[in-house]
Amino acid sequence: MISLSVGNNVLWSLGGVYAILVIASLISLLLKKFRPERSFTELTQRIRSWWVMATIFTVAMVFSRNVSLVFFGFVSFLALKEYFSIIPTRRADRCVLFWAYLAIPFQYSWVYQESYGMFIIFIPVYIFLLLPLRMVIVGETKNFLHAVGVIHWGLMTLVFSISHLAYLIVLPATESSETGGAGLVLFLVFLTQLNDVAQYVWGKMLGKHKIIPKVSPNKTWQGFIGGVATTTLLSVLISGLLTPMSINMAIAAGLIISIAGFIGDVTISALKRDIGVKDSGSLLPGHGGILDRIDSLTYTAPLFFHFIYYFYY
Amino acid sequence: MNQLLRFIFYRVIVRLVVLVVLGLNVRHRQKLPENGPAILVANHNSHLDTMVLMTLLPPRLLSIAQPVAAVDYFLRNPLLAWFALKVVGILPIKRERENRDDDPLLPCYEALAKKQILIFFPEGSRGEPEKLSDFKGGIARLSEKFPEVPVIPILLHGLGKALPKGELLPVPFFCDVFVGDALFGTAGRTTFMRQLNQRMKQLAGEGTFAAWE
Repeated sequence: MISLSVGNNVLWSLGGVYAILVIASLISLLLKKFRPERSFTELTQRIRSWWVMATIFTVAMVFSRNVSLVFFGFVSFLALKEYFSIIPTRRADRCVLFWAYLAIPFQYSWVYQESYGMFIIFIPVYIFLLLPLRMVIVGETKNFLHAVGVIHWGLMTLVFSISHLAYLIVLPATESSETGGAGLVLFLVFLTQLNDVAQYVWGKMLGKHKIIPKVSPNKTWQGFIGGVATTTLLSVLISGLLTPMSINMAIAAGLIISIAGFIGDVTISALKRDIGVKDSGSLLPGHGGILDRIDSLTYTAPLFFHFIYYFYY
Repeated sequence: MNQLLRFIFYRVIVRLVVLVVLGLNVRHRQKLPENGPAILVANHNSHLDTMVLMTLLPPRLLSIAQPVAAVDYFLRNPLLAWFALKVVGILPIKRERENRDDDPLLPCYEALAKKQILIFFPEGSRGEPEKLSDFKGGIARLSEKFPEVPVIPILLHGLGKALPKGELLPVPFFCDVFVGDALFGTAGRTTFMRQLNQRMKQLAGEGTFAAWE
């Protein structure tokens, strides 16, 4: 018998995720049957990709803390690779990009050692100072400032921010909540992804007034508000199962996740619009690339982490 | 023994590097050949080009696939020669002819007659990273001689960023592989070359590639 590293509450919640996926698959089957005139290829692909992602995520979460850390490190790596592949880069910066990739194992090893101080300053201080030095040694000054900024922004959003998910994992269980870090990660990831879906669904049903037409013409106030309400309600409902939060704190967490998730989403949209691509990649059929999927997490992960860390640790 | 070495090299080591370190975005995979003989034609920027093309082929075709490569480069020392011939499995050809009557492509004719799949880089050598140079005419002569063998144009992008000429350190990038419709050398060499160059440009137009200066 393999021993699992997470408690029953986490397992029940993961079960709930699969129940939602079963319902989603059934709905898409019914849609295909009763409205054969319309094409649901993208919806089907999307749901299939959700099944794959949920399965990988479950495997990454339940076996051991270290498997989870390697998993989140790999997510950072894939995302950074996608980012470096779609942005314009300078030939002279090849070795600088290599150093940037090297920051990933270091950042996640601070998490492994639970060395909070290094975790929180390594990229914002050390890497921030080191990479420009490496570029100066190469000596190419044309577009230097642009390259410094672009590389560091990628590291901050895709490595520093995402690694907060990993640090949540290593947070110990508290008296009021036995699920500890795994429960917090599941809570955050589930609500962030659900918020994306809820904003989309509310927007499709009631969407009228555009919220930010220059960046994301399909986003509406109705979708945004519907998403915030849904996510906050769910936050209250499941916070008892997975987190140490009281109802008031759960409302605050729900607001943080839904609003920050929206901002993360439109930030990556702005980046893609600037570059002129629709999707950041083709890794996840129906969704696009990995950046398209973790865009909201780049904002929700650090904000939710520091909210929890300030009040409970 | 050699087949085993090749299998381990391509199906395990190369596959792992290509999938994890690089990551491929393949378009129109169904246009790749299902059997030999065939000629895969691609632009050439990196040693990784051959590796990527070999991993795209189904495992059962691995034993009949051969990258066409230059004698003067790959057979310059015994160790490299062993690796190139036995593990990578290149088909060595000479870039310069010694006599006027020599045909450097002779080994290719023999291989195609044996229903092999050739990987051919008509740019002659790895050019400037991420720039498409004009194709040389050897491929047209080859195709004219074997008009029934499909020539499949493939555009590679990103590999010249990951491992350009003269660099030892590979840097991870997602790479694009666009497979085009097969061409046949039935309409004469000039027409063939025009069609081939045109098809490569068309494939290049399918993607938006990030600038690399």
